Amino acid sequence: MSEAGDDEVWLDDAAGPLVRPYTVSAGRTRPTVELDLLSLVIATGRAARGMDIEHVKVLGLCNTPTSVAEVAAHMRLPVVVTKVLLADLVDCEAMATRAPKPTSGATDRVLLEKLLDGLQRI
Amino acid sequence: MAYNESDVFPTQVKILIAGGFGVGKTTFVGAASEIEPLSTEELITAASVGTDSLVGIEDKSTTTVALDFGRITIEQHGIVLYLFGTPGQERFWFMWDELSAGALGAIVLADTRRLQACFEAVDFFEHRGIHFLVAVNEFQGSFRYEPEEVRAALELDERVPIVLCDARDGQSATSTLRSLIQHLLTTAPAPSV
Repeated sequence: MSEAGDDEVWLDDAAGPLVRPYTVSAGRTRPTVELDLLSLVIATGRAARGMDIEHVKVLGLCNTPTSVAEVAAHMRLPVVVTKVLLADLVDCEAMATRAPKPTSGATDRVLLEKLLDGLQRI
Repeated sequence: MAYNESDVFPTQVKILIAGGFGVGKTTFVGAASEIEPLSTEELITAASVGTDSLVGIEDKSTTTVALDFGRITIEQHGIVLYLFGTPGQERFWFMWDELSAGALGAIVLADTRRLQACFEAVDFFEHRGIHFLVAVNEFQGSFRYEPEEVRAALELDERVPIVLCDARDGQSATSTLRSLIQHLLTTAPAPSV
């Protein structure tokens, strides 16, 4: 395997990080795990074999519950690619996830009052 | 799963910060957020985009075209509030549906020099039944209008609150968020006993 220079990250096999998640997922267009922008993910500490460097990076970002949106921003990857990477990790149990609660948010008085209380203390 | 979920995972909610191009959405998100606002990398310079109206916004050279968000953690209640700046240009409106799904509500920032720039945001939230308020961002050099003049110009329902804010100021931005939550409380159904 040829080591492409680090400076040439957009070339050939080094271009993998962007393309590969799609091929790894065998053409899945949606991850096996439903992930929303605000779904939270957390590394379980369980290492998986055969992880790509991106998977390792993602795990490193998620020692505490972290939203999909934040992982995407830190990885500088499109959200859709980030979701595929995360789903891979969930599939091999290196990552645990929880979707945002199906929210009745705007009509949930208890939640709104807690939020208001919190914002008043800032 | 080995986690006691309610211990580990906070409740996540989101509020949208909308308004026209260059109205101060990113500034507002940054002022209110506890973290540096995060964004996908797609920045474009205003000069490179022929379709943006630049009248009155000469000082703004870039805008974010994708997600742009900040966060406020309310630790004592286990809530994390995300503030998402919405794409300010029409051709990115496809993103609004995913963004608006599950949002508590929205703040529409208005620049009185270009009130028409927030028409679309107002329409969008009205049609989707998403509660919002209008926050008039007080730019230097902008003429101060009375809230009722703004209401008339935007043909806003009388129940939609209008507040003044300074998007650069964290206190002011937080206060605007409180106003939105108070508004949501007035529209939320009374607790069933």
